Amino acid sequence: MADSPLVVEHQEGLHHQFVDRDQQRNAASLGMWLFLGTEVMFFGGMFCAYLIYRLWYYHEFAAGSRSLDIWLGTVNTAVLICSSLTVALGVRAAQMGKRRLLVLLLLLTLAFGLGFLGIKAVEWHDKFVEHHVPGASFSAEDLIEHYPQLHIDPSRTQIYFSLYFAMTGLHALHMVIGVGIFCYLTYYAWKGRYTPEYHTPVEIGGLYWHFVDLIWIYLFPLLYLIDRKPLT
Amino acid sequence: MATATIPVEREHYLNTDYGIRSWLLATDHKRIALLYLVTITLFFFIGGFFALLIRLELLTPAGDLVLADTYNKLFTMHGQVMIFFFLIPSIPAVLGNFLVPMMVGARDLAFPRINLLSWYLLVAAGLMMLHCIITGGVDSGWTFYTPFSTAFSNTKVIEAGLAIFIAGFSSILTGLNFVVTIHRMRAPGLTWSRLPLFIWAHYATSIIQLLGTPVLAITLLLVVFERAFHLGIFDPTRGGDPLLFQHLFWFYSHPAVYIMILPAMGVVAEIIPCFSRKRIFGYSAVAMSSIAIAVFGFLVWAHHMFVAGISLYSAMIFSILSYLVAVPSAIKVFNWTATMYKGSIHFDTPMLYAMGFIGLFTVGGLTGLFLAALGIDVHVTDTYFVIAHFHYIMVGGAVMGYLGGLHFWWPKISGRLYPEWLGKFAALTVFLGFNLTFFPQFILGYLGMPRRYWQYPPEFQVLNVLSTAGSTILAVGYVLPMIYFLWSMRYGKIADANPWGAAGLEWKTASPPPTVNFEEIPAVNWEAYNYDEIPAPEEVPVGR
Amino acid sequence: MSEPILSSKLYVGIWAVLMVLTVITATVAFVDMGRFNTVVALVIATLKALLVVLFFMHVKYASERLTKMVIVCSLFWLLILLFLSLADYRTRAASHV
Repeated sequence: MADSPLVVEHQEGLHHQFVDRDQQRNAASLGMWLFLGTEVMFFGGMFCAYLIYRLWYYHEFAAGSRSLDIWLGTVNTAVLICSSLTVALGVRAAQMGKRRLLVLLLLLTLAFGLGFLGIKAVEWHDKFVEHHVPGASFSAEDLIEHYPQLHIDPSRTQIYFSLYFAMTGLHALHMVIGVGIFCYLTYYAWKGRYTPEYHTPVEIGGLYWHFVDLIWIYLFPLLYLIDRKPLT
Repeated sequence: MATATIPVEREHYLNTDYGIRSWLLATDHKRIALLYLVTITLFFFIGGFFALLIRLELLTPAGDLVLADTYNKLFTMHGQVMIFFFLIPSIPAVLGNFLVPMMVGARDLAFPRINLLSWYLLVAAGLMMLHCIITGGVDSGWTFYTPFSTAFSNTKVIEAGLAIFIAGFSSILTGLNFVVTIHRMRAPGLTWSRLPLFIWAHYATSIIQLLGTPVLAITLLLVVFERAFHLGIFDPTRGGDPLLFQHLFWFYSHPAVYIMILPAMGVVAEIIPCFSRKRIFGYSAVAMSSIAIAVFGFLVWAHHMFVAGISLYSAMIFSILSYLVAVPSAIKVFNWTATMYKGSIHFDTPMLYAMGFIGLFTVGGLTGLFLAALGIDVHVTDTYFVIAHFHYIMVGGAVMGYLGGLHFWWPKISGRLYPEWLGKFAALTVFLGFNLTFFPQFILGYLGMPRRYWQYPPEFQVLNVLSTAGSTILAVGYVLPMIYFLWSMRYGKIADANPWGAAGLEWKTASPPPTVNFEEIPAVNWEAYNYDEIPAPEEVPVGR
Repeated sequence: MSEPILSSKLYVGIWAVLMVLTVITATVAFVDMGRFNTVVALVIATLKALLVVLFFMHVKYASERLTKMVIVCSLFWLLILLFLSLADYRTRAASHV
């Protein structure tokens, strides 16, 4: 970095292009919110595809939805909500300068995040075993057998699962990135880098984590709860 | 670095550090701008090379230069390279990066390291694209329409798709940096209504980059997943809808054209007042038009799909909206022209490019309205009429704006003046070559010559020959500035801080600027374009 | 520091409401409400999302209007994508099969 001799670093962690800490914090916050805005549009493309195909193939989507384990999905939703709590409490700990508490909460967040990914892996494995993975080995026979009342067209069932894997897969990828970010935060929190005056990375890392939770809050009903009515 | 006995050269961003590391690890927005300049110029010539081959093939009616499949690759890669690796970055990444912090009175962008990351992402994407090209290329058309791209093409769709996906993130991060910088880092007293229109244009562009590019990203990713993992979202045999791909693709790709033109409009809005020695006419109208274009631009995408199978009802909606989006552009053209009225016009090279922009953009824009009319579109869609239309805007508009901007700010960037007579000559060459290349294509399209065909009926040959002839003249016009800009860095006259007598904070600091941009951040208490207070430059700009 | 420090009780309270809403949405899915099942599910999801955004992400206490603008604009743009696409799909003639 070409450092100019005219700039005097008088505040720890203040980058040279900013006038003061507040400007830097506001810039970082706005930057993260803008990035989350782009993520809304990124996932939004898949929500658009989901919307169109659900309108077209409602029965096939309903059958596909029923093939998911609703209790695993509910538990996973709860896990993410718990992780959002620990993140929010973690930011609070940073605001109050409580280093040990912050580290503990960040570690708990990581645990919840990894728990979510573990359950997700179990669900994907189930899909693989049931031949619901799109492609050559896909088979909707079991769905047609289980739900004759739904009158599913077998040639139309793959799309639901394609969207299921695309949406939960990209969500999981964002989760993995979140875990990576929080490993970084935990390490530097443990080293004592975050103080009540400077804990911006914890704040904006927290925003990212909450966003990943938000996506799941919508994925859960859209993928798992399409049609769970008792069948006659 | 310097001793006390010899007069020391003033420190500026170019001489502050030497060596490849100081450039490859630069976080100074001005250095990053130059890194981008080199990168996109390289891609411009690669894309231009494909264009040359296309025009050579089209010299004769028969398909006798290349195979049909090869021709498909040529127009595909011409489009992809020109759009994603030249036009989209061009003005924002080069001129925007260099000027946005200076124009708002800041020392750098909000996130300099992310700025450097943006460049590395473009380079990585570019290398991937080059690898794709060298190892066989892709033939799906730059539009990647399914199911050809997902199920039937035997070329490197995945690699090209991923390369553009990565380039998209470069674009998103640049937009993010600009929005935060413009909101949070303006100098004291610099209210929104005192900002140069270049900033308004880049702000609007950045909004499009932030909101639109992610949709392209997910769409290309879904195409890649379909090819790689057989997902089947766009596969008709499994219930997929090829039109869904087109909806998602054009949701970005139409606003993308505004990413390409808005910055050029911003450049023109700086050049016209300077070389008319007059305040811009209708500042608020021009500023608000930039925002209006950014917003309305998102409402018209299906005009690319009129004959693809969308419902007639939605086609009518999109047609009406497409007429609406032309209004803010027209407002800008009127305001630039009104600025020139009763101005003291100086026909320097930047002004030649700006005036050329106004004329050619108007032609391109008006022909867009022809295409927005459903009845006409049925006949001329997928013909050379469309190709002429978008080249008038992209090349006659955006590239002329880019070249005009390069010439206008060259003294600031390099501290040197380019040879003015050569600049004028090149500008005229570009203008003449451009019109000879693309005007015949309007006629060809109207007469029915389809696009993306590598052979054509013999009666179209004369117009095609004219077009190819024009393209060689155009190529000369493009190569000339490269040569004399490089020449000027060593032998050009030394420029002072403000050789054009222009308004704007960037002209209040030395040429080239110091690394920190301003010795002291200025406090702004004057309105933009205060040309009544700025004296016109001398006939011969004063050297140091 | 312009960011206020919220009480941990508030956070835990919001967490509790979120958990309850989650249980509700899962169990209500088994009740036959016809077309309203979808509406109820999305309304509950939106309530949960609002709680996360306003309290966990501090938007309720944000001093900057710009933050709220960014959120509103992103959602609005997503709606543009969804609604204008629907304008085509909902007005196509008869069957797509």
